[in-house]
Amino acid sequence: MSVEATAHGAVHGENAKYEDREFGFWVYLMTDSLIFALAFATYVVMIQNYAEGPTQKDLFSLGHTAGETFLLLTSTLTFGFASLSMRAGQASRVMLWLAVTMILGVGFVGMELAEFSGMIAAGAGPQRSGMLTAFFTLVGTHGVHVTLGSLGIFVMICQVAVKGLTRPVRSRLTRLAMFWHFLDIVWIGIFSVVYLPGIL
Amino acid sequence: MSNSNAGSHTLSSYLTGYVIALVLTAIPFAFAWAGWFSVRTTLLVVALTAIIQVVVHLVYFLHINYRTTAKENLLALAFAGVLIFLMIGGTLWIMFDLHYQML
Repeated sequence: MSVEATAHGAVHGENAKYEDREFGFWVYLMTDSLIFALAFATYVVMIQNYAEGPTQKDLFSLGHTAGETFLLLTSTLTFGFASLSMRAGQASRVMLWLAVTMILGVGFVGMELAEFSGMIAAGAGPQRSGMLTAFFTLVGTHGVHVTLGSLGIFVMICQVAVKGLTRPVRSRLTRLAMFWHFLDIVWIGIFSVVYLPGIL
Repeated sequence: MSNSNAGSHTLSSYLTGYVIALVLTAIPFAFAWAGWFSVRTTLLVVALTAIIQVVVHLVYFLHINYRTTAKENLLALAFAGVLIFLMIGGTLWIMFDLHYQML
């Protein structure tokens, strides 16, 4: 009995440890949202500071933004599938859905890099005007997050392959899922504040 | 916050969230693309659908709800919301007032 009780206590302590980590990660996401909030505020303040350079209308393409949005939104769903497979204990399905999510994430980053390099080649780089500095800061910060998230997914695919769905691996996957879903929420802000008003 | 609420961790809840999010994305893109209404009305539609979609993502993908989400998580979320409101609202208020005064 006492052995069982100790084992139960250990499991309980173990769960509490991972729940603490998930709460800590949630607090990190909330602070990260403040960084984005300030980047948004800066962009809106600078929204017409063109320095006689190109305006949003000259630079943005609705179709391109729609494509990026679709990739990121679908990747949030496929990460959801990975989370469901994790709860069902199906390691190979977790890896499959994580791989799909990573491909969608990398596709998003690729589209964003194509947009950025096209703008820079056309002389609309971050140094061109205040508006463009704020634009590259805001959208670039989000892009860096998606890049690091994709790297994180790759690492987790390897961890699931090598270690299996152990308790620490599941906890890391849970936190990575929070990160990935959070990035999609930030993207809603970006297309609603930057791209859609920009082309009106 | 993750393992206590099996209710929102189902295939149908993820799919529901995805479909609602798709619709709430398609609406503002269609309005911006077609230009059916004035810029002001379009911006209002964009803002409203964005706010609703953020809530949809929080509920269906991050599984936030009043029943099972830990109180600390909700408090952190609410606190971040207040700070974001103060920072964005305060910045825009001050900077646009300054802009107005400098005209």
